[in-house]
Amino acid sequence: MALNFDLDEELESIRKMVRAFSEKEIAPVAEELDEKEEFSVQLTHRMGELGLLGPFVSEQYGGSDIGYMGYIIATEEIARIDGSQAATLAAGNSLGIYPIYTFGSEEQKRQWLPDLCAGQKLASFGLTEPDAGSDAGDSKTTALLDGDEWVINGSKIFITNSSSDISAVCIVQAVTGKRPDGRKELSCILVPNGTPGFSAKTMHKKMVWRASNTGELYFADCRVPKENLLGRQGEGFHQMLQTLDGGRLSIAAMGLGGAQGAYELAMKYAHEREQFGRAIGSFQVNAFKLADMYTEIEMARLLLYKACWLADNKKPYTKESAMAKLVCSETYHRVVNHAVQLHGGYGLMKEYAVERHYRNQKLLDIGEGTSEVQRIVIARHIGVPGDPRG
Amino acid sequence: MDIIVCVKRVPETAEADIVIDSTGKGIDKAGLVFDINEWDNYAVEEAVLLKEKYGGSVTVISMGPEESNETLRRALAMGGDEAIRLTDSAFAGSDGHAIATVLSQAIKPLPYDLILTGVQAEDDGYGQVGPTLAKMLGINHATVVNGIERIEGNTARVHRELEGGLEEILDLELPAVLTIQSGINEPRYVSIMGIRKVAKKEIKVLGLTDLGIKPDEAGENGSKTVIERVFLPPVGEGAEMLEGTVENIAERVVSILKEKGGVA
Repeated sequence: MALNFDLDEELESIRKMVRAFSEKEIAPVAEELDEKEEFSVQLTHRMGELGLLGPFVSEQYGGSDIGYMGYIIATEEIARIDGSQAATLAAGNSLGIYPIYTFGSEEQKRQWLPDLCAGQKLASFGLTEPDAGSDAGDSKTTALLDGDEWVINGSKIFITNSSSDISAVCIVQAVTGKRPDGRKELSCILVPNGTPGFSAKTMHKKMVWRASNTGELYFADCRVPKENLLGRQGEGFHQMLQTLDGGRLSIAAMGLGGAQGAYELAMKYAHEREQFGRAIGSFQVNAFKLADMYTEIEMARLLLYKACWLADNKKPYTKESAMAKLVCSETYHRVVNHAVQLHGGYGLMKEYAVERHYRNQKLLDIGEGTSEVQRIVIARHIGVPGDPRG
Repeated sequence: MDIIVCVKRVPETAEADIVIDSTGKGIDKAGLVFDINEWDNYAVEEAVLLKEKYGGSVTVISMGPEESNETLRRALAMGGDEAIRLTDSAFAGSDGHAIATVLSQAIKPLPYDLILTGVQAEDDGYGQVGPTLAKMLGINHATVVNGIERIEGNTARVHRELEGGLEEILDLELPAVLTIQSGINEPRYVSIMGIRKVAKKEIKVLGLTDLGIKPDEAGENGSKTVIERVFLPPVGEGAEMLEGTVENIAERVVSILKEKGGVA
């Protein structure tokens, strides 16, 4: 009997701590930060102090070393309250810390990880370009070796955590040559914020994650030392794929936690709101909706936790993380749709947190691989004939 | 300064739907989330603050099942040094008096200057354990403490919260039991590093015979109270819906408040 659905005491303690933090420190400011499109350096520091950054990083580099299960539970709990702060955390961990920890040299790790894990600095992952989204291998940004320096030219877009006051370094995927098969050779290079030729501009007027930091990056003859290469030359594409496997777990956790939060708001409102002389939750049409929401959330949770279990036990989890990301973000979509419906007109008002959930959900169908891309990944893994791209 | 903090693991019921269990003498706890009693959390924080200020040690004690380990470890992660769990099937059904009996037996052999408890427990809310424990140990006590101003030599100056916004300041000779009011401090969150640091820490477990307690001194046999019935208050009585124009409603609200003593 190896199957066991109990979370151990440590994971339960982590959940309680993050829940208390989210409810006491994030919930009171979430609406205002969202309204003002304001990134909170202070909350990021707090997440670092509490050990939420660097959850899969060993203690020698300042991590808390709790594994994916603990990381995902923490992300879930923050997303239950606010998508923006969860985004800062998920991107900081999965896209900033993970590549440096996994592919970086000892020196790079010692240079960056302690401050990143402490929440004093943020690293970003410069992958998406104006013309390279789902087709991430088609980067136009180039990095050419000139003596002892890389010379980088190009641009990136929608890069989370890349242009805040504490953004310290970007892991830039760039074309560094041509492979024998004629395709682009990609490599990842660490480019510190503030390097001459590198400018990061904060993107505004977002519909989602308004209190998270999103940057548009420009590289114009930007020079960094040769040693800033992450791992080996030409490994960029594989590094990116591996990074996104873990990143999907955190996006899935945001879907799961968001769905949980939206469901709880709906349940509360279904008790409080009376129409025709009864609590609206007592009408079968609404009770069934709540039952469906609850059931779907539990299904999504089981799939995500299984994917985390695989990751923590060093088993392949690419397919499962794609499935979890797909299911959790689509569950959030359905749940928050019902949740706003239950709130009626009030659900369309910003003073109701469910409104923020409704907007924030949409990113999860798109970021870190669209739902369509997840289906491509899954289809490839289950052995469909031909190329599922069409 | 050696401090002992007594903590209790309780179900969170503030926002839960409460259902009376089949015995009619308790609530159905299945599906409820358990955590440290809120007042006890403030007591742990206060103990850790005192330790940080005056040095010494903090020992956390809980009477309860194995699941109470989580509550004890939480207190350890906040800065406690040692944890003791008091567990025995003979302890089941203890009221405030019986709990104080068990706690006092566990505390007697330990060094202590201060014993902190919460003012009351969220679940049964008797508020008895602190004062009863002090009586059993033959030491001073102060209840509803909302500030510990200073400790000099053998004397603690503490603030007590009284009804009607009054506050009492008194000097107590140590050792003493203080029951801690919520809001006395800002309890810290336990960081993940803190949780991990204490994950493997041993928790001492003591039962009936270890404590030298006779079976008729604990549990239901050792209790001075008997629960006859637990029930939910009937809904809908005593509410008066005010109707009419805003001015009329406002006038009526003011007169009700005056009548009932809400406005001076």
